[in-house]
Amino acid sequence: MNRAALRALWSHWRRNPLQLFTLVAGLALATALWSGVQAINAEARASYDAAAGTLGQGRHDQLLPAAGETADQAVYLALRRAGWQVSPVVEGRLRTESGSVRVVGLEPLTAPEGMARAATPGEGDLAGFLSDPPLVAAPDVARMLGATHGPVVEDASVAPGTVLTDIGKAQRLLGFDGRVSRFIVLGSQPLNRPPLDAVAPGLVRQPAQGGSDVARLTDSFHLNLTAFGLLSFAVGLFIVHGAIGLAFEQRRGMVRTLRSLGVPLRRLIALMAAELLALALFAGAVGVALGYAIAAALLPDVAATIEGLYGAQVSGSVRVRPEWWLSGLAITLGGAALALLDALWRIARMPILAVAGGRAWALTGARARRWQTAAAVLLLTAAGALTVVGDGLVAAFALLGCLLIGAALALPPVLAGLLTLAERRTRAALWQWFWADTRQQMSGLSLALMALLLAMAANVGVSTMVSSFRVTFTEFLDQRLAADLYVATEDAAALESFAAPMTSEIMPSQSVETRLAGLPAELYGARIGMTYRRNWRFLFATDAPWDAVAEGTAVIVNEQLARRSGLWVGDTLAVAPEVRLPIAGVFGDYGNPIGQAIIAEPLFSALFPEVTPTRFGLRTDDPSDLRRALIDDLGLPESAITDQGALKAFSLQVFERTFTVAGALNVLTLAVAGFAIFMSLLTLAAMRLPQLAPVWALGLRRADLAWLELLRAVVLAALTAVMAVPLGLALAWVLLALVNVEAFGWRLPMFLFPLDYLRLAGVSLVAAALAAAWPARRLARTPPAMLLKVFAHEC
Amino acid sequence: MNARIIAFCLWPLPALAQGFAGMGSDAEGFTNPVPGHAFEFPADHGPHPDFRIEWWYLTANLQAADGTPYGLQWTLFRSALAPFEAEGWDSPQVWFAHAAVTSEGAHLVAERFARGGIGQAGVTAEPFDAWIDDWRLWGPDFDDLRLMATGPDFAYDLALDAQGPLIFHGDGGYSVKSEAGQASYYYSQPFFDAHGTITLPSGVVEVTGTAWLDREWSSQPLASGQTGWDWFSLSFDSGAKLMGARMRGADDAPYTAATWIEPDGSSTAYTDGAFTAEPLEQTEVGGRTVPTRWRVTLPDRGLDVTVAALNPQAFMTTAVPYWEGPVRVQGSHAGRGYLEMTGY
Repeated sequence: MNRAALRALWSHWRRNPLQLFTLVAGLALATALWSGVQAINAEARASYDAAAGTLGQGRHDQLLPAAGETADQAVYLALRRAGWQVSPVVEGRLRTESGSVRVVGLEPLTAPEGMARAATPGEGDLAGFLSDPPLVAAPDVARMLGATHGPVVEDASVAPGTVLTDIGKAQRLLGFDGRVSRFIVLGSQPLNRPPLDAVAPGLVRQPAQGGSDVARLTDSFHLNLTAFGLLSFAVGLFIVHGAIGLAFEQRRGMVRTLRSLGVPLRRLIALMAAELLALALFAGAVGVALGYAIAAALLPDVAATIEGLYGAQVSGSVRVRPEWWLSGLAITLGGAALALLDALWRIARMPILAVAGGRAWALTGARARRWQTAAAVLLLTAAGALTVVGDGLVAAFALLGCLLIGAALALPPVLAGLLTLAERRTRAALWQWFWADTRQQMSGLSLALMALLLAMAANVGVSTMVSSFRVTFTEFLDQRLAADLYVATEDAAALESFAAPMTSEIMPSQSVETRLAGLPAELYGARIGMTYRRNWRFLFATDAPWDAVAEGTAVIVNEQLARRSGLWVGDTLAVAPEVRLPIAGVFGDYGNPIGQAIIAEPLFSALFPEVTPTRFGLRTDDPSDLRRALIDDLGLPESAITDQGALKAFSLQVFERTFTVAGALNVLTLAVAGFAIFMSLLTLAAMRLPQLAPVWALGLRRADLAWLELLRAVVLAALTAVMAVPLGLALAWVLLALVNVEAFGWRLPMFLFPLDYLRLAGVSLVAAALAAAWPARRLARTPPAMLLKVFAHEC
Repeated sequence: MNARIIAFCLWPLPALAQGFAGMGSDAEGFTNPVPGHAFEFPADHGPHPDFRIEWWYLTANLQAADGTPYGLQWTLFRSALAPFEAEGWDSPQVWFAHAAVTSEGAHLVAERFARGGIGQAGVTAEPFDAWIDDWRLWGPDFDDLRLMATGPDFAYDLALDAQGPLIFHGDGGYSVKSEAGQASYYYSQPFFDAHGTITLPSGVVEVTGTAWLDREWSSQPLASGQTGWDWFSLSFDSGAKLMGARMRGADDAPYTAATWIEPDGSSTAYTDGAFTAEPLEQTEVGGRTVPTRWRVTLPDRGLDVTVAALNPQAFMTTAVPYWEGPVRVQGSHAGRGYLEMTGY
C-alpha cells in the first residue's frame, strides 16, 4: 500500500515538474544564503581562534611593558630566576617586498602547549626548530616570504598574516636584539614566588580574557552578517511555504481519492512527511554546496572588510566545517517542517469527501486575515516600544525583526484595503472586475509580495546606510587627508630638517598601542598647527579644544572610544599612569576600529621618550617638487612617499570592498524575491482559468486578458514598492542610529537618495513584469477549448 | 611545555629502538668517553658541552623529627643538540630539571625547561653553582652545598655537608654500560649529611638525613638494543654503600655494573654479572607495570637483600616519564636508598 500511495503522491511532482523545481530551488536558495553566511562567520572565527592560539592572546595572563616599549631580556631572566614561570614573546612587523607580516617569536621550551605546537608543526622537529629556526606560516604568507630569511614551513593552522619562529631569530629579523615584547604567564606557578613588583616593577599584569579583543570587537560584525543570512532565509522560506502550500492544495483531490480507497489518514500524513523530508534533504545538500560557493566568492571581501574595520586578519579560503553545513541542513529541515505542518494540519482536518476545490487554499478565510492583521499591529507596536526602551545590539536586532516581520504581515491587509478603495473609485465594469480580481488574487500572491517587500526594504535600508556612510566617509577623508604628501621614514630628524624650508607645515605621526579606559586603543602625539585647527570637525567639543590640547592640558578622543567607555567632553581620561587629562573634544573617526586619543607632541614625547615618529604629513605648495627633492636629495625610496590623491583613492577602494558583501547579499535577496513572484504567478495561472473563463466568454480577448495579468503584477509590485521605501528608510535609521553605534562605535548622519529608490522601484517593476510575462503569454495562448472546458466541468 | 614534543624530539622513545631517551643514538660529532680519563676538579664538576647528555643528580633519604621518612630528588639535565656552546639564543644546549618529594602517601613532582646561552640555566664549577630558574644547587665547593627547588605544591631547602670522598665508578670513572662498550664518565658524592626543610601542602617539615649526588656525562651511554635501566643507590646501616645498575636489553640478558663503597670511602667496582637484581613484585603506576620490590644480590660481599619502594606510586610524570623514589632495604644488610627505573 505504501508503494502505491507513494507512487500516487509522486505522480503529482511528475506532472508538475516546475512546482517541484520551485520547492527544491526555494529551499536550496534559502539554505545557500544562510549556510554561506555561516561558513564565512565560521572561517572568521577560526581565524581569530588561530590568532589567539598562536599568539597566546586572551588565553593566558600576560606581563606587558609600558605602552610602546619592550622589556630587556634581563627582565626575563630576573623573572625566571625568581620562580615566575613566564615565556618570552617577541612581536613586530616585518616588511617584505609584497607587504608586511606580523612576526611572532616564541621560546618553544617554555611556551604554553598550544603555541609551542603551532610553532613546531609536524610534532617532530624541536631540535631542528632550535638549531636552524624555520619561519612557520600559512601557505599564502609562506609563499610571500620566499627563502630570503631561511627555511620556511607551511602550516595552515597558523593565524593569517602571521609568521611564527624562534625568539632568537625573531629578535634578529625585527632588530630587537636582547628585547622582549611581552611575557606569557604560564598556568602552573611555584610556591613562595616573590610579588611581581619586587622582580620586574616596570611590567603590568594583564589578566586573560574570555575571548580575544578581536573576537569581541568583531562579534557585532558577525551578528550583522548572521542577521542578513536570517533575512535571506526568511525570504527563502516564503517561497517554500508557498510551494508546499500549493502542492498540498492541488493534491487535495488525490488525498480524497487515496483515503476513499482505504489509505489511513495517519499513514498518508507519514508518507507525505517522508516525501518532504527526502526533498528537503536533497535541497539542503544542494543549498549547502551553493552556500560554499557563495562563501568562497565573498570571503576575500569579508576578509578585507574585517581587516579594514578591525585590523583582524581572516584567512581567505573557506574550509568545509560541520558547524556551518550541519546548521544549514538543520535549518532547511526546520523550515520545511514548519511549512509542512500547516499543510498537513489542514489535510488532517479535511472531511474525507470534501469537495477538492482548487481555490480553497487561495481563499484563506477572513479569520486568518484578522489574525494576521492583529499580529502585524502587535509586532509594529513592539518595534515602536523597542525604539524607545531598547538598549544594545540584540535589542536593535529584535527591533529590526519586529519591524520587518510586522510590516510583511501588514502588507496583505493594507494592499487589500488599497485595492478595495481603487475598486470603489472606478466606474467601468472591466476595471471594477480588474481591481476585484486583483484583490481576490492577493491571497495567493501575498507570500511572494511579502518576500518582495522585505527584499526591497532591505535594499533601500542597506543602500541608504552604505551611501550615507560613503558621503560621511568622503567628507571625513577630505578633512583628514589635508597634507599634500605622506612620507614614511626611520630618520625623523633628517626629514624634518630637510623638509622644513620647503613646507608650510610638518605633521609627524607618532603613536603607541595602549589601553585607554580599559579598552585597547592608540594614543597619538600630534603637532598642532593650522591644518588640525582648520580641517578637523568635532562632534562635540569645548570652546577651544585645540588650544587646550596644544598646551598639554587636554586630550581629544575619537567617537568609538567615547561611546565605548562612556566618557564625553568634560570627563577625564588617564593617558598614562598618573597622567589624567580632561577630554576637550570628540571627533568622528571612520577609518579605524579601535579607540584613539590625541595629545600634544611635547607631552607625548615626555611620556614616551622611546617612540619616534616614522610617518609625516607634509604641506607644501608644490608637492611634485618636494617629492622629487625627497627622492633625489634626501634619498628616500619612491615607495616611502604617498600623495594625498593616492591615499584617498586607496581609502575609498578599501571602503568599497567593505560593502561589497552587503551589496552582493542585497542582489541575491532581491533575486530570490523575484523568483518567488514568478513561481506564485505561474502556479496560480493554471488554477485561475475558472475565474478568467467567464470574462473571456463575455467578450474579452485572450491577449487583453494576458495584458491585464501583466498589469496586475506591475500594479501589485508598484504598491509593494511604495510601501517598501518607508520601511527601508526605517531600517536604515535603525542600522545607522542603533546598530552601527553598537557594532562600530560611531553614529552616522542619515542621507536620503531618492533617485536610488526610484531606480530600485523600477527594477522591481521590471522584475515583476518579467515574472508575469511567461504566465501571461501562456494565458494568451490558452486554446479556447480549454476555456470552454471550464463551463463543461460546471455542469 | 608540550611533553610530547620534548619526548619525541630530544628524547626519542624506546619504541624507536634507540634505547631509552635517545641515549642509544649514535654520537656523531660528539665526544665519546674513553678509558683512562684524568678528571680535573673543580672543572669537571661543570658542564661538558661537547658531550650529548649530562646530569647533576641528587637523591636524599630524609626523616622528620617524629621519624616519618621522606625522599627527595633534584636533577639538572643538559642535553646538547650540537657539540658546542654559543652565546644567546643560538646555543644548542637545552637544559631541563626534575624535582620531587616523596612520602609514603604522596609523590609531588615539578619540572623546568630552559635554553642554554641566555643564563636561565647553567653550571659553573668554581664556585660551584648549578641552576635553572629559581632551582639551585650551590656552595663554596662541591662538599658544602645548598639545594633549593619549588613546585606548585611543594618546596625544599637543604644544607649538604660531604662526610667522605668522591667515588669513581667503573674503571676510575669510566663506566661501561653494555657489551658493545657504550660508556659514560660517572662519579658520585654519596656521603652527604643533609638537613633543612620540606614544604608540603600540609605545612613545613624539618628534616635530616643523607644525600647522594651523581655526576655523569656521555654521548651514547646505552647500546642501541638497550631499552632502559634499573639503578639502585643503597646506604646500609653498617655505613657501607652500594651503587648497582642493570641495563636491560630487548633480547639479551641485562648488563650489570656495581660499586661497593666502604664506610671509609674506599671502593670496589664490579663488572657485568657480579651484581644481580630480580623483580619480586609489580605495581601498576602511570599506566605501566613497574617492579617496586626487588631481590638484590652482590655475592662477593655476601649481600642478599630485598629492596622495596617506600611509595610504589613514585612515578615521575615529567615529559620523559620514569619511576624514581626512596626504598627500604631488608635482608642480609638493612638500610635505605633510592631506586630509579627507566624505559618501562
